[in-house]
Amino acid sequence: MSDEADRVRDEFLAESQEIVESLSRDLLLLDHGQKHGRADPDLVNSVFRGVHTLKGIAGMFGYRELSETAHVLEDLLDHLRLGRVALAQSSLDVLFEGVEVLQRLLGAIRGESHEVDLASFRRGASGLVGQSAAPAADPLAAYDLDPSMLGVLTEYEEHRLRTNAEQRVPLYRVRVRFALSSIDTDLDALKARLKPAAEILTYLPSVEGSGDDAIELEVLLASSTPLAELRVLVGDSPVEPIPMREGPSRTMPPPPLGASPTGTIAGSIAPVLSRAPVSDEGRELVPSRDAGAEAIAVRAVAKTVRVDIAKLDHLMNVIGELGIVRSAVGRVLDRLGARADLRPISSELHRIHRSFERHLEALQDGVLDVRMVPLGQTFDRLARAVRQVAREHDKEVRLVVNGGDTEIDKLIVEELIDPMLHLIRNAVGHGIESREQRARMGKDPTGIIALNAYQKGNHVVIEVEDDGAGIDPQRVLARAVERHLVDLGAARELDDQAIKQLVFLPGFSTADQVTDLSGRGVGLDVVRTNIGRLGGVIDLHSTTGIGTKFTLTLPITLAILSALVMRVGSHTFAIPLTVVQEALFLEPRSIRVVDGRELITLRGQSLPVVRLTELFRLGEPTRQRGYVVVTSLGQRRLGIVVDALEGQQDIVTKPLGPSLQNVRGFAGATDLGDQRVVLVLDAPALLDEVLSSDPRVSAGAA
Amino acid sequence: MLDRVLVVDDSNAIRAFVRASLEGSGRARTVVEAASGFEALRMLPRERFDAAIVDINMPDIHGLEVIKLIRASKAHQGVPVLAISSEGASKDRERALALGADAWLDKPFTPELLARSIDDVVERRARVPSSEGGP
Repeated sequence: MSDEADRVRDEFLAESQEIVESLSRDLLLLDHGQKHGRADPDLVNSVFRGVHTLKGIAGMFGYRELSETAHVLEDLLDHLRLGRVALAQSSLDVLFEGVEVLQRLLGAIRGESHEVDLASFRRGASGLVGQSAAPAADPLAAYDLDPSMLGVLTEYEEHRLRTNAEQRVPLYRVRVRFALSSIDTDLDALKARLKPAAEILTYLPSVEGSGDDAIELEVLLASSTPLAELRVLVGDSPVEPIPMREGPSRTMPPPPLGASPTGTIAGSIAPVLSRAPVSDEGRELVPSRDAGAEAIAVRAVAKTVRVDIAKLDHLMNVIGELGIVRSAVGRVLDRLGARADLRPISSELHRIHRSFERHLEALQDGVLDVRMVPLGQTFDRLARAVRQVAREHDKEVRLVVNGGDTEIDKLIVEELIDPMLHLIRNAVGHGIESREQRARMGKDPTGIIALNAYQKGNHVVIEVEDDGAGIDPQRVLARAVERHLVDLGAARELDDQAIKQLVFLPGFSTADQVTDLSGRGVGLDVVRTNIGRLGGVIDLHSTTGIGTKFTLTLPITLAILSALVMRVGSHTFAIPLTVVQEALFLEPRSIRVVDGRELITLRGQSLPVVRLTELFRLGEPTRQRGYVVVTSLGQRRLGIVVDALEGQQDIVTKPLGPSLQNVRGFAGATDLGDQRVVLVLDAPALLDEVLSSDPRVSAGAA
Repeated sequence: MLDRVLVVDDSNAIRAFVRASLEGSGRARTVVEAASGFEALRMLPRERFDAAIVDINMPDIHGLEVIKLIRASKAHQGVPVLAISSEGASKDRERALALGADAWLDKPFTPELLARSIDDVVERRARVPSSEGGP
């Protein structure tokens, strides 16, 4: 029973999260529409419905604060959709704040601690609702409407009918027959066809025209489009005008929702947007309405299931074990192959083994695929942050997104939001200059932040780029010296790019004035640590006056890895192949020592090398001959010197026990399938550790 | 105990809640879920239900219409129908009752309140002959 209770609660959390995410998308659309003088009543109603559902389920599950917050929002949205409060930037501010509050409350329910300021949000919302105007008198008398129809309208439908009636927009009745099996898609298609020309006020199933497999809907339309054109749009079904009782109709569009003077309601938000200058493929972040509609359609036909990611982890572990079985069978095969008398059996087993291998790969790909989610959801959330931070700083910022459909492991996505939010706040707060500064420099007063994501081999690369002031190396250096993060003598030898990397040091804060927005006591060092924990790295590239780009390189999944197994003395280690660029013979004479560090030259470039025997103090004698495993992550490269390479193998990394959790340099342990358990090197940590313990930079960096 | 109860609601969480409440308390052997009004309409001619719980605020056709069609169908015109929705929508409530819902339950409700309401509507229906079921 308690399992059942947990399952129901998970269902609640998942659905609440979905609602908040789609609220966020719809609000961005509304915001965009409002700025361009358009408002879509369907969209306002859809936001209302989402909040309404959230209020209901939060109440059912006993989350009072969540339910009350949704209730406040619902109240405001009810006023908006019924036309009593205007849709303006001020009301949108309150709505965005509300969504943020909901998000935080949900976080608190999930056990992530968040402080939530309910009071400020409530003040804002009640201020708006208090201003609302009184509803107008009944204009419906002008139409010859069937009174029984009015009895099945919801309050909102009735409001839309009245609004149109006040403007004396002609009304039409259309009877359309649908097959029940395909009504969802057929009705959506009809709605899409009619949307630019008419508002669908309601559709009512008619009792007489409906059978077991089909249903007749009576669709009530308000439209200023000429009847002939409407008939073409509707198709085969007859369109019947509803007679007016008095006066000629005024042919004009329905009133705009809210106060915007140029708004038209009939036109849907047409996301035909200017392309961003930063990229040819760029799209401004106005989330697609279709995606939301699709999601709802998918949910309605109930073809999806929600699965706890822990269950997928378990499946992945089983697949890992199967991989080990496969290797073991492979070794038996090798032994069989040596026996000439068993040749027929061995070749049959070989065939079976190959087929097993193929299916196992397909299974693994399938499970990995299920774990993948597009980055778009995360980007939507960031878009909200950009809007909010820009408004608080009184800056104009446009967000351009590329590659929102790039997919990455669900677990990684969840851990990615905080570091990305930090980068976004930095970019808006410190990167983009004020309007006046930009004007002085001859830049467009609207700053641009670009989020680019793409797949690169086994990694996903995410770039956060702004076209702001860039990082000033002199100021960074001054701050680093002031904070004793680097000493003056060493500092003189650093080039500009090396100086900029100092912003990642703990204790460094980039802002001269620490603002509430970006200076929440969290620095870029925490961002780097969090990204490192995901097996990724962060790089920084900045040009003064032109802008700054942070590049995050992350593994696509944490679940299963191809690894290179290598030996140092009597020890065996595995390293994820994703970070291995190549492996070479080590020519002992090619090693040079510069500034106390060993280097080799690889195709004309210096490559720092580290010996695992020394790094881990294994106490084994250093052999003269060996291999260099060249690892690279982002822009950093490091050669790891080992004695021998054993080969490549798929591994499932298991975490180290709690007592070893704080040991740096290892991502975990794995079973190689031949009774050997070996340690898996944590490549990002090694690269960080070795490369940042630059002897020229003082101990502050470690 | 009711054999099959239909719950029509677009919220996964509410359907799960209703299912757990009714099956857990022994009020229903099976709770059949419909995630939309249309899904409910597809089920009505093909399946038999002993009671229906209908949410009013749904995205495709709303609950008022589902209730109207339940009352218009031969097989289900006499089944107990409980309308559920959030409080406040007083007009919707009047209309649901006028269209043939036996009772209205405001969200949020507890499993106990839901169970009691179901007992209540079933008992009330049992007292009227099914031919008088329609509005």
